[in-house]
Amino acid sequence: MEKKTCLSLLVENNFGVLSRISGLFARRGYNIDSLTVGTTENAKFSRITITVTGDEQILTQIKKQLNKLIDVITVIELKPEESITRELVFIKVKADDTNRNQIVEISNMFRGNIVDVARESLIVEITGTRDKIDAFFNMVEPYGILEFIRSGDTGLQRGAKVLSF
Amino acid sequence: MLASKLILKCLERENVEFVFGYPGGALLPLYEALRTSPIKHILVRNEQAGPHYASGYARESGRVGVCMATSGPGATNLVTGIATAYLDSIPIVAITGQVNRDLIGTDAFQEADITGATAPFTKHSYLVKDAADIPRIIREAFYIASTGRPGPVLIDIPRDVQLENLKTGLTYDKVDILGYKPNLNGHSGQVKRAIKKIKEAKKPVIYAGGGVLLGHAEKELMTFAEKNDMPVITSLMGIGAFPEDHPLYSGIVGSHGFEFSNFVMNDADLIINIGARMSDRGTSKLTSFEENTDFIHIDIDPAEIGKNMETTIPIVGDAKTVLNELLAKDTSGDHSKWLDEIKKIKQEHPLVYDADPPCSEMINPKVMFRSMSEMTSDDSTLVADVGLNQIWSALYYRIIRERKFFTSGGLGTMGYSIPAACGVCFATLDHPKQVFAVCGDGSFQMSMGELGVIAEHQLNVKIILITNTKLGMVRQLQCDVFGKGHYSGTDLNFDIDFMKLAEAYGIKGYKVDKNEDFNKVLPEAIKHQGPVLIQCQVHPDFIRI
Repeated sequence: MEKKTCLSLLVENNFGVLSRISGLFARRGYNIDSLTVGTTENAKFSRITITVTGDEQILTQIKKQLNKLIDVITVIELKPEESITRELVFIKVKADDTNRNQIVEISNMFRGNIVDVARESLIVEITGTRDKIDAFFNMVEPYGILEFIRSGDTGLQRGAKVLSF
Repeated sequence: MLASKLILKCLERENVEFVFGYPGGALLPLYEALRTSPIKHILVRNEQAGPHYASGYARESGRVGVCMATSGPGATNLVTGIATAYLDSIPIVAITGQVNRDLIGTDAFQEADITGATAPFTKHSYLVKDAADIPRIIREAFYIASTGRPGPVLIDIPRDVQLENLKTGLTYDKVDILGYKPNLNGHSGQVKRAIKKIKEAKKPVIYAGGGVLLGHAEKELMTFAEKNDMPVITSLMGIGAFPEDHPLYSGIVGSHGFEFSNFVMNDADLIINIGARMSDRGTSKLTSFEENTDFIHIDIDPAEIGKNMETTIPIVGDAKTVLNELLAKDTSGDHSKWLDEIKKIKQEHPLVYDADPPCSEMINPKVMFRSMSEMTSDDSTLVADVGLNQIWSALYYRIIRERKFFTSGGLGTMGYSIPAACGVCFATLDHPKQVFAVCGDGSFQMSMGELGVIAEHQLNVKIILITNTKLGMVRQLQCDVFGKGHYSGTDLNFDIDFMKLAEAYGIKGYKVDKNEDFNKVLPEAIKHQGPVLIQCQVHPDFIRI
């Protein structure tokens, strides 16, 4: 049975590490749903969050193949009950004098921020879990979504545990 | 110290004797340093052959083989050989020149992104951007190539990096790579479970792959098989892991293996897989596994376990270490009934040597390899190419005692045998032995240029060239899939005078078309010090393995 899984990787900040990882997914035929990379507390390392969809066998293979890459230090699965994951989204919604306030109100309910306002549109910045963001999309859709960008999930394990090596 | 000198000092520290290379603009500084280095440079005749030389050298000596090429076309010519080594897990280090750092990314003359191009089939690769990293990178490269599951590592060095002047020398000693800690010991819980399963098994089979050879676990395998009275079947890459004249030897499995071996595997209730990948070629005839067949899979690479086949008991670890862990416990059982059954299966599916006219009027390659087995020394090495020649020699040339058999098993790279056999010769210069390269007229023509190296160094290699002016194995497939006569693009329609070619290189040549003649010529060829080419003519319609 296929399921969505969120992986957290600690990698060495070496030349070509991102292309090695994305290349691995491409050549073995695994699909990346999203991928985020960022710096960490240690300048030598980066942290990568990848969400993937696949059955148990494929997910196990993905973890093993990632672990084989020399630059990859640790791979863990971010299980929903043991971790927090969030996504950052910008949504440009059609808005004019007749409905701008309504959209702002919905945005407030979702703790979104209005980061750009124009005569015929506004941009909402919103962070949250995938479910929350899907719900927000559902609410503003009737007004007309002009375009949006989703960052993809990024996350950490809960508690004092850290990705170690 | 000049960085180019430092590179060679680092290679010396890794005990490199030979570099199989081809120079060019981006490697000029390194070649200037090579002039005065104790490391010997062997000028290959095409970069494509370089990694195969290194592979043959590595497989024979158990050390890391090194090849070298300049930037751009030199580097891209290495690609197939690197992929060949990757698929067969052979430890080689490839060094490539690169354009100056400030030119990288500008599509400069002879620039190619070789680390990018080889990423899918290198174990790891480096682009050296700072000469100060050279000692660390070279040490890491050799460590990564030779430990865990071995494989090729590429080091790309821009020309201006080679020309840097460094105050420091060999500074880096101990390898510490955070993301690379190969696991050698088997998980004790899994070993315990395996022991229980082995004790319970009524019809166990050991399936030995290339991992047994790479892990130097042949002795442990023998002890384990004998102690537990268990039959041993090998994969193509596992040939040589167990002597073929041993009573427990039960053949080679796979689509190009022995028919009886596949039946034995199918009847087993426990398969102990040691270092085999369960690849499509190895298992295509094993689709009807009984549901109650259990698998113990021992492999140093965790990703191999469960990749192609579900495993009952996975054991990640080195073949030798895990076998010793299993040997520490009593797992023996009475398998005499099972061994009798195997004897029966073998009788029901005998090897067929006979051929009908017109095939029987020329050399019968099956009989030829059987009789060759009787004439070669106990420690000879045979390197087979890819095609019918490969399968004939794998099935009918007997690997017994200290004999070795090398071939490009995973990638199936034509043109492998001649450069790899040369690599074997270079690895054994101080203790010469019998080395055979077996190829067809297709694969021979892919590496024909390397005769120059053979002649120059008077390598003691005997080339067994099987000719039928056809690409035999593709022809066989065309016949199987589309029917007799559906041959397309498989005629090598020019009758080359190979004797003249041998003569041009000063290589002794023989041409035979009868098995009796081959039997007369081979001892003579073996006795002759130096290279020999024996052309063995087989009828084009002899396409059966």
